[in-house]
Amino acid sequence: MTQNPPTSDLAIHADRLVRHYKMGDAVIRAVDGVSLEVPQGQFLALLGASGSGKSSLMNLFAGLDHATGGAVFVLGKDLGKMNGAEISRHRNQTIGMVFQSFNLLPRMNVMENIELPLRLAEVPRSERPARVRQAAERVGLTARLSHRPGELSGGEQQRVAIARALVNRPRILLADEPTGNLDSRTGQEILALITAINCPADGQPPTTVVMVTHERALAERYAHRMITLADGRLASDERQMKEVTS
Amino acid sequence: MTVGDLAELAARNLREAVLRNSLTTMGIAVGVASLVAMLSLGVGLQNLVNRRLERSGLFDSVLVRPSPQITGRPADGFGGNPQPQTPAVPPRPLDVAARRNLEQIAHVVEVYPDLRFTADVRFGDQGRITQAVSLPSSAAGSDSLEGMQGHFFSAPDAHEMILQLDLATELAGLGHLQPQDLLGKNLTLRYAGRQPLPPSPPGAAKNAEDSLSPDEAALGFSIVSAEIPLRVVGIVDAEANQSAGGGLRRSGVYMPLDLVEKLGIVEGRDMGEVVTNSAAGRGGGYSNLTVRVDSPANIPIVEAAITQMGFAAFSLLDVTTRLREVFAILDMLLGMFGSLALAVASLGIINTLVMAILERRREIGVFKALGASDRDVRQLFFAEAGVMGLAGGAAGVALGWAIGRVIQFVAQIYLRRQSIPVENVWTVPWWLAVGGIAFALVVSLIAGIYPASRAAQLDPVEALRYE
Repeated sequence: MTQNPPTSDLAIHADRLVRHYKMGDAVIRAVDGVSLEVPQGQFLALLGASGSGKSSLMNLFAGLDHATGGAVFVLGKDLGKMNGAEISRHRNQTIGMVFQSFNLLPRMNVMENIELPLRLAEVPRSERPARVRQAAERVGLTARLSHRPGELSGGEQQRVAIARALVNRPRILLADEPTGNLDSRTGQEILALITAINCPADGQPPTTVVMVTHERALAERYAHRMITLADGRLASDERQMKEVTS
Repeated sequence: MTVGDLAELAARNLREAVLRNSLTTMGIAVGVASLVAMLSLGVGLQNLVNRRLERSGLFDSVLVRPSPQITGRPADGFGGNPQPQTPAVPPRPLDVAARRNLEQIAHVVEVYPDLRFTADVRFGDQGRITQAVSLPSSAAGSDSLEGMQGHFFSAPDAHEMILQLDLATELAGLGHLQPQDLLGKNLTLRYAGRQPLPPSPPGAAKNAEDSLSPDEAALGFSIVSAEIPLRVVGIVDAEANQSAGGGLRRSGVYMPLDLVEKLGIVEGRDMGEVVTNSAAGRGGGYSNLTVRVDSPANIPIVEAAITQMGFAAFSLLDVTTRLREVFAILDMLLGMFGSLALAVASLGIINTLVMAILERRREIGVFKALGASDRDVRQLFFAEAGVMGLAGGAAGVALGWAIGRVIQFVAQIYLRRQSIPVENVWTVPWWLAVGGIAFALVVSLIAGIYPASRAAQLDPVEALRYE
């Protein structure tokens, strides 16, 4: 199988990406030959029904899973050729992940949750408080740093998760159904926050966002581009007339 | 992750399941305590035996004799075994000069002769013939005098004596007294003494030589009956102490060494030399000397030096070496039994950490999603196992020490009731305390290998789906 060389202005480049699972004699085609290019600074929404392969594709971008065919390049680097330590560094430094169920550690307070990626990156202890505070300011949660996740609302918890994803200043934010556990209004607030991260008004560099969602209306409102998956394949690729900061 | 972060996260994780982790840690503590208790007992018993042997004077001493060429008969060891080291240099007489030379050898504490002679101990107008033996001042701390009534000699040349219990009983019986009634009384000791021949006036030299027998002329002394009053300061049951491993040879009377040397007594050996007319080697010579060394470990060095000086040397070092081997085996067996409990405790660590993996499956997935490598996850579980091992080890050493104190306390009560001198049978040396903690740490880390590897190999996607 030949692979197209990545171009430097692409945040993500999937080349006939395949992820098949074997369950007994059956083969589950979670991702089945997906090719796509995501330019840096784009806000991409992955749409599709349950089981269409959205989350599987995102896990391949994140390096949480490995492809069984094809290749995925992130910022020009082939994830399939990285060793375990390099993949970990990719997850820690290059991307930030936000989950539907927040995945905060309940026995750590907000500050400690946000600090966790800094610990894994071995950032000196003296630098951490400022970095954590900076990330918390970006999501508007500086007043809740000493609280535990159980003391926060769903929207606040997701803000903490976004701050945790941003604290290592990643180039790409991967969000897997970030509004799935939130009410409509809070969901819109979170998406407004993600949009602000994608196109910051304060002159900070843009962050490429790939968001998995099943809410087409929200995707239409916030994303630059919508890709719909069905049975692990690209069903549609719609680009919207929105300014992409590059 | 840095070591500090690992330790902090490990401690935090352990605090979360405090009851379960405390019980696991207690399991390790009990294991270490049993190990420390067993080995402390072994070490304590070994130290007890070593102390006994050292105090007996048998194992830190070298018996020096003139070489066989001087004595004209083969030198035998204690019971014929071990064989003496024979000198590789020309033999020389064991005289006062030789004694001074022996005192100069490194690690030598003292050198003294073993003087023994026949004496008549008189109480009133009756007496008993017995053997008298000299004792050096260093014998004061010997196990041989354990349980002695009275006290040791007040000075190296004091006019005092210690009586053997049997003789004291006999003598006291003469005056219808109890043996202890003799303490503080003055008894008369009669012995065969040497009297130097008077110097012959120049003019009378020929006449003087004519008046002496040829033997007297060769030996240069006359044998006369002499007596000296000695105060009884102690009564000892030498027979009981011999059975306990003491080094005191059975005799009726024990006297200060310096006093015996001043008395100029005639030893049995002197009479043998008179019979064989072999007085050529005389002049303050000794039949043997005991060389006391600062430590049994230095016996071989001193023995070699003595042999180099031209004397035959004997020691019971081989016996102590074999004894150490026996204790090494005993310690090993005790350590193995003690380690069994720690091995069981290590299963507890595995169980606890495997349970932790199940409970924290999703957390491990989050860690990996945030950039934790397999190595980070493995190290985190290792750190948790290590913290439990360290805490359990420290608690175990403390518990083992406490158990030891209780056993020591009970043992002391038992020994007192049995009228046995109280001894320390329990020792926790520093190396055992440090080693116990280190061993617990190593065992815990080994026990953590499987859970840590299992946690590190968790598929992050699967782990994040786990509810």
